Amino acid sequence: MEITLNWYLYLSAILFTMGVIGFLFRRDVIIMLMSIELMLNAVNITLVALSQTMGSPAGQILVFFVMAVAAAEAAIGLALVIAAFRNKLTIDVTEFNLFKY
Amino acid sequence: MDLSQAYSSMWADIAAALPLVIVSLAGLVVVVFDAYRNRHAATPLITLAALVLAFAVEIPALSADGTAFHGMLRIGGAAAFVNLLILGSGILTVMLAMPYLKRLDMHIGEVYSMVLFATAGMLMLGAANHLVTIFVGLETMSVCLYILTGLVRKNQGAIESALKYFLLGAFSTGFFLYGMALLYGATGTMSLSDMQVAAGSGSVMFWAGVALLLVGFLFKVSAVPFHMWTPDVYQGAPTPLVGFMSTASKAAAFAALITVLVLALPPERWTGVLAVFAVITMVIGNVLALSQSNVKRMLAYSSIAHAGYILVALAAGTPEGYSGALFYLLVYTVMNIGAFGVMSQLEWDDAQGSTQSLDSLAGVGYRRPLLGWTMVFFMFSLAGFPPLAGFLGKWAVFAPAIDADLVWLAITGVLASAVSAYYYLRVLVVFFMKSARDGEPGTAAGEAFVIPTMTRGVLIFCTALLVVLGVTTFAWDLTGTFFG
Repeated sequence: MEITLNWYLYLSAILFTMGVIGFLFRRDVIIMLMSIELMLNAVNITLVALSQTMGSPAGQILVFFVMAVAAAEAAIGLALVIAAFRNKLTIDVTEFNLFKY
Repeated sequence: MDLSQAYSSMWADIAAALPLVIVSLAGLVVVVFDAYRNRHAATPLITLAALVLAFAVEIPALSADGTAFHGMLRIGGAAAFVNLLILGSGILTVMLAMPYLKRLDMHIGEVYSMVLFATAGMLMLGAANHLVTIFVGLETMSVCLYILTGLVRKNQGAIESALKYFLLGAFSTGFFLYGMALLYGATGTMSLSDMQVAAGSGSVMFWAGVALLLVGFLFKVSAVPFHMWTPDVYQGAPTPLVGFMSTASKAAAFAALITVLVLALPPERWTGVLAVFAVITMVIGNVLALSQSNVKRMLAYSSIAHAGYILVALAAGTPEGYSGALFYLLVYTVMNIGAFGVMSQLEWDDAQGSTQSLDSLAGVGYRRPLLGWTMVFFMFSLAGFPPLAGFLGKWAVFAPAIDADLVWLAITGVLASAVSAYYYLRVLVVFFMKSARDGEPGTAAGEAFVIPTMTRGVLIFCTALLVVLGVTTFAWDLTGTFFG
């Protein structure tokens, strides 16, 4: 059976949805960070598959930028998690409720 | 193209994008300088000098028109206007933040390098002509703003707001990026100016991509229902920097959104969608602002409402609408930086630090006449009273909607801004018509505090600019020339 472009697109759509669901329903900040990484990498699959099919390099170039940005976001995110943990001794997002209107 | 040709065209591109280069280099210089001379007094001055230099270099570019780096960035016209707006906002912010951070004992070099890098990201986003530059600019800006929000590590609220901002911001980045990938797949190009030609097919992939891209943009400009992060972030972050976040980043994101709407997407399909978002943003922003007792939080909801007014102009989808939106962004930047500048000073009038509840501000207008009277101008302008610039700005965004047969939308906008007068003027009532009760926290401690000269200068400048923009139309005429 031939693996066509649509297979890659479905795979990436499923992974992206898993990331979204993970972000929305998990309460641990680290798991939420991992879900965001999953979303970004799902998009990378789409970009690479499209780029390969269309024979245009632009998509693969964007993938490099996405990987750099994902690394930067992970660094910031983990730093914030550490700072938050020092204050609260927990990283459960439902415990961060200082602001109310 | 051979190598020497590419080399010479690169130098021409660098010259065209000189403000971006200056700001990025200055950011690097500040990082290195701070490593050798920690907390040196010259750090903010380097920052300020770089921003002023970039501003001066950008002014002649207003009349230019073209692209640089093989169509990655737009040069001149609307892009130059937005760049000037961002750089101006950066200059005023650094001037406000310098004394503020000194008092907070957070006068560290990282702040200034992050402001510079965030500015560089905004400059790229505002001038982007390609999906890659939009993405890189947006993320450079956002990552720096997450750091600036969580700057005051000792403050639990700052960390909490930074964490929320980061999580939701990164989440929205995922949608934004997926939208880009689908648009790329549907049109086969990432260059915005080539997209409209290819967009005719109108496949499911294309519409899904546009929808996801819009979600990302609406998050960045904090339109309802993607506004949840705004009040928490604005309340928790250092006040002068909130002025920067709420104005410059919004200007850059709106500029990129306008570019996408004008260049990339097929026209006349967006009025309905944008009008719906404009209505719920204006209504919910204004209604929630009514019940806030914290001034910073109130200003956060007000900035959501103002994003709604700008969306009204975008919904009109005419050249007048887009130029009106740019003019409104200018006016909004001036008055919001001023309002947050005043609030950054009043934090020190309160013994409880940065709580800034309305009750703690009773009678402040008499004890601090300068802050009180400049706040009068900012609040009246935000509410849209003539002859201040806020009125002309509202005219510039609502009139195109009426011309485009969206009378109901303009009426909703006017009614929403009538509601907003209540909470803006309530601030002034508290400032001038209530007297501080005995034993009110902070009244005695506040007397000793002198407003720094630089802050005075910024506040008076913003006030003067509001009056000038309100009674003359040169800036409005200028924005009118961009989308001909």
